[in-house]
Amino acid sequence: MESQNALDALRNIDSAGTAIENARASIENLLTDVAAQGVAGAAHAATGVDPFVFHFAIFVLAIFVGYYVVWSVTPALHTPLMSVTNAISSVIVVGALLAVGIATSGLATGFGFIALVLASVNIFGGFLVTQRMLGMYKKKEK
Amino acid sequence: MSASFAAFLYLVSGVLFILALRGLSHPTTSRRGNVFGMVGMAIAVLTTLLLAKPSFGGLALIVLGIAIGGGFGAYVAKKIAMTAMPQLVAAFHSLVGLAAVMVAAGALYAPESFGIGMVGSIHTEALVEMSIGVAIGAMTFTGSIIAFLKLDGRMSGKPIILPARHLINLGLGALLIILVITLATTESHLAFWLIVVLALVLGVLLIVPIGGADMPVVVSMLNSYSGWAAAGIGFTLQNLALIITGALVGSSGAILSYIMCKGMNRSFISVILGGFGGETGPAGAGGDQGDRTVKQGSADDAAYLMKNAAKVIIVPGYGMAVAQAQHALREMADVLKKEGVDVRYAIHPVAGRMPGHMNVLLAEANVPYDEVFELDDINSEFAQADVAFVIGANDVTNPAARDDPSSPIFGMPILNVDQAGTCLFVKRSLSSGYAGIDNSLFYKDNTMMLFGDAKKMVESIVKAMAE
Repeated sequence: MESQNALDALRNIDSAGTAIENARASIENLLTDVAAQGVAGAAHAATGVDPFVFHFAIFVLAIFVGYYVVWSVTPALHTPLMSVTNAISSVIVVGALLAVGIATSGLATGFGFIALVLASVNIFGGFLVTQRMLGMYKKKEK
Repeated sequence: MSASFAAFLYLVSGVLFILALRGLSHPTTSRRGNVFGMVGMAIAVLTTLLLAKPSFGGLALIVLGIAIGGGFGAYVAKKIAMTAMPQLVAAFHSLVGLAAVMVAAGALYAPESFGIGMVGSIHTEALVEMSIGVAIGAMTFTGSIIAFLKLDGRMSGKPIILPARHLINLGLGALLIILVITLATTESHLAFWLIVVLALVLGVLLIVPIGGADMPVVVSMLNSYSGWAAAGIGFTLQNLALIITGALVGSSGAILSYIMCKGMNRSFISVILGGFGGETGPAGAGGDQGDRTVKQGSADDAAYLMKNAAKVIIVPGYGMAVAQAQHALREMADVLKKEGVDVRYAIHPVAGRMPGHMNVLLAEANVPYDEVFELDDINSEFAQADVAFVIGANDVTNPAARDDPSSPIFGMPILNVDQAGTCLFVKRSLSSGYAGIDNSLFYKDNTMMLFGDAKKMVESIVKAMAE
């Protein structure tokens, strides 16, 4: 009997040890997850807010910034405004760079390359034509 | 480089883009603003390269792509004529749209490179954002191509009206939403490409019914679309620079559309629904003008009148751009200024085929920007001017918009050229403008019509002044 009890106790201790080991592993996993997900992910884990909300907040605020900044643009420069907004919206090139640079799928690299060429046309064309136009605006010579 | 530091750098480039737009509040600060924009772009590109650490082969491919695209872009920017700016901007919009589609396709086929999951298990959220970006991008692509063809004169500016087009568009729109849901739930590549095809068709259908006169609104609207497409992709990639830029460009285009609509006193909805500016224009502004005689003048008359004036206000319009008359016009203004005449330019918000088009053309012809005024700033001065010289503008000077409630353009803000001592009107014929409305200004006692090509007419006026 005695030996039976001792055996049970040993088994319990063993399973408790496994449980602790499991818990430790899951905490470690959680920590690496948090580290992997970066700041937004940590905020997510801490507050339960999806990182999308942070991005959306920035998006909404940028719309307001855009609203006030664009109203302050002088009507005489509306054409350069269009060409420069064109150039900056080509920052979509960052997506193309990821696809060309590190994608493992050949198709994705191909799509990315096309996007890269198109966006580069826009970046160089947009900024340079804006610069050319702005260079034409001169004040009256006294 | 850590992902957090990269996010910080993307934020910096977003702020630099805001400064680029801010600079455009005045010509003197605008060039510096443009440099901010370039720096912002360079930061975004370098950050991405440092973060992704592409292999040597990948890097070579990137350099090749930038060299091809950048070389072509730089060449076009150098060679393009300023009169062709509306076409160029439309063409650039189409490139942004297609690039958005291609980036989304890349993300669909290699999601692990973008950190949005694996093939077959892309996060639902990313799929929704991606499908919105790709749909708007594809619409921007074909819509801008149609706008380009219309602006470039390769396609008639007349609206093309399909029967039951609103029903067709609504049906396609509904189908698009169903496909977006399908893509988000099943990650079906077929659904993705069907979205692309449908949005491409929708882009064409949305722009073909819109007439040539409404092109300033269309170009601004497509500008806005390209921004929203970029923002959609920005959400997919969780990239701050892209999200901020998309929001900036989207709101910028929307504001320009609003300004253009206000300049024509039309609601945005009526422009989008299209059909305006066809050949079936109304009969005319009131048929009660008994004898509709037109006073015709010669270049000598015009030269005499302007040389003896104290104040001349020049009103340029799209016709000036078509005839490339801006340089001759500036010469004429120079001669007048030497004679001691006060010369100013008045620009209507919707003059030309895109916002601010006339200002660029005058700047190209070395007209100082402080001689060029907006409608609100100069309209009260026409009453004190001896001569209003209208060249290539029509509807924006039509007094019917002010006086005749039955006119289709009633309520549109106009330049009050009829209040000047004499109104000289350079025009090829008595035909109506883009709105298809007769201009009662032609028959007024103080209006003198100068029939002929805008550039040749101005050149002969300059010659007559020299004599």
